[in-house]
Amino acid sequence: MSTIDYLKIYYFMRLTRAVEDRTRTLFLQGRVVGGVYTAQGHEATTVGAAMTLRDGDCIVPQHRDLGMHFVRGGSPRAVMCQWLARGNSPTLGRDGQLHIGDIHHGIVPSISMLGESLPVACGVALTMKMRKRSTIVLAPCGDGASNTGPFHEALNFASVQKLPVVFVIENNGYAYSTPTYKQFVIQDLADRARAYGMPGESVDGNDVMAVIEAVGRAVEHVRSGKGPALVECKTFRVRGHSEADKADYVPKELHEEWIAKDPIVRFEEYLTQKHILTEANKAEIEAKVKATVDDAVSFAEQSPAPDGATVADYVFAPDGPIAIVGEPGAEDPRYINALDRRTGEPFTTMMNTNVPEEVGQR
Amino acid sequence: MSAAKVTYLEAIGQAIREEMQRDEAVFLLGEDVGTYGGAFKVSAGLLEEFGPERVIDTPMAEAAIIGSAVGAALMGMRPIAEMQFIDFITCGFDQIINMASKMYWRAGMPVPIVIRGPSGGGTKGGPFHSASPEAWFFHTPGIKVVIPSTAYDAKGLLKAAIRDNNPVLYLEHKLLYRLPELREELPAEDYIVPLGKAIIRREGEDMTVLTYGAMVHQCLRAARTLEEEDDLEIEVIDLRSLSPLDREAILESVKRTNKVLIVHEDTMTGGIGAELSAILAEDLFEYLDGPITRVAAPDAPFPYAPPLEDAYLPNAEKILTAARKLAAY
Repeated sequence: MSTIDYLKIYYFMRLTRAVEDRTRTLFLQGRVVGGVYTAQGHEATTVGAAMTLRDGDCIVPQHRDLGMHFVRGGSPRAVMCQWLARGNSPTLGRDGQLHIGDIHHGIVPSISMLGESLPVACGVALTMKMRKRSTIVLAPCGDGASNTGPFHEALNFASVQKLPVVFVIENNGYAYSTPTYKQFVIQDLADRARAYGMPGESVDGNDVMAVIEAVGRAVEHVRSGKGPALVECKTFRVRGHSEADKADYVPKELHEEWIAKDPIVRFEEYLTQKHILTEANKAEIEAKVKATVDDAVSFAEQSPAPDGATVADYVFAPDGPIAIVGEPGAEDPRYINALDRRTGEPFTTMMNTNVPEEVGQR
Repeated sequence: MSAAKVTYLEAIGQAIREEMQRDEAVFLLGEDVGTYGGAFKVSAGLLEEFGPERVIDTPMAEAAIIGSAVGAALMGMRPIAEMQFIDFITCGFDQIINMASKMYWRAGMPVPIVIRGPSGGGTKGGPFHSASPEAWFFHTPGIKVVIPSTAYDAKGLLKAAIRDNNPVLYLEHKLLYRLPELREELPAEDYIVPLGKAIIRREGEDMTVLTYGAMVHQCLRAARTLEEEDDLEIEVIDLRSLSPLDREAILESVKRTNKVLIVHEDTMTGGIGAELSAILAEDLFEYLDGPITRVAAPDAPFPYAPPLEDAYLPNAEKILTAARKLAAY
């Protein structure tokens, strides 16, 4: 891995933390109208897992995967417009949170029913298999979602069909207030893989290099056509389920233990020891992160609110030909799925392409 | 294609085969649809013709079936997800309600899937193999719901559903699958029956009957009796498509007949008839010469034993009784 790659990972981790910190501030100021769900502590897992992907791969990120969005080209402006319920948000104000994505850029938008995105990930992967592609799908979920029926249906179906999916469980210790020991009795959620005949591995989810190695191994397995793989990243949600949750059910010692394992601090130490991160480039990255967040917030605040008269628009898609995503001509506007037909414009979930250095490995 | 008469079931099979031949994005997945050809043999021969990548035998896992269909549809495929019996659609409910039906509205990406399967009772299927689930989905914005009653419509509506860019629930009535009197010659050329268009099955001036699915045939039987014995001319409208609903056809007919009887096999409360009644009361209040009348199953789960099933299901006799009462106004 080159110095640039290391610093890119560091940048995405810092950007993820900074956008979430700012979102929390906006919430406390009453500027975010709905619930806010953040993922402090997940940065190594969500950024690291996504760093293993290539052009054409897809992600099916969940509510604590802001880092995954950013690595794959998700736009901070779009994220802020979504939180602030703007009329030009990717959902036109119809939905909140991180429920955003567009399939042309390899991001499937999630819903609040955790676990339900995993069968959808199978369908994306099934199409890749049917079209004989070498691309894969990265499908994360939490420890909570790993208890749902769709999780098990998806892992089993993916295995039977040898689908190119890397499942990543971000085990952050709690499903809302419910600790893992009330959710399941196994020690490692990677063991769930054995039931479905796929490789499974557990890894320190707060060590970004370990995450990249473990998920990278899974990606290699999956890309070679051997079927799905599972990686459990053991991490911790150091804040509440949402900003309405004080998380006072978390024992103080446990919380302190994980604060001490902060993935960003650990990676900083690692990079400093390797003389990759210096005072100078750290300051540069911090300035860039701050500018990006400021820009996103200011863009969102200047964006229009949605027009109430449009609320029942776009319930049904119009008639017209649909292209198969990723195939020649799929971006031809004659196909109804090439553009966002609600606006007649390209989908707005992605970063402006004039800053390609921010766009992961795409 | 030969001009042989085909059954309702064969018409469904023809639609799937022809659409798979026409468009390589179309594929079928579900339980026992491949090697076995489906529990009712709707997909017999398709595995041999299209191979296991396009005719996929799945595990018993409706969330995986429908969810995979949604994922493939996002990629631009046009999957047909079979529910072995439509009752099992409840096991994949979330994928339809929260995933598929809201996707275009909130994310701008079309989800062209068809979810189809055998519905309806009269086959001694009991509480878990007789469902008429249309009201749940009729109530849900973002999914279309169609129910053919003839072989011609079975083929044409399914083709239109496959070509539509939205989730479509296509309800087959299992009692009609092999009914000899429904056998008919179908056009040799490609055709569709557009979604959202009702059809008048029998014209009349004395009363409008709004119905769909297998009940169309019970209503036509009752209408013949009413003509012979009561000298009444009953107009029977087969809605075919519940969502979108052909309001124009409904209102046009009731404006002429001034009386309306609504018949469905599903239970009464909160059923399709309730919404039709509300539309008619709101839009045609001054045209009505009698109470909007409904014939539907009682508000109980679907029973097994023959005397219970007979008591439960609407039929020509129950329709006749209700129609005579309404005609007397």
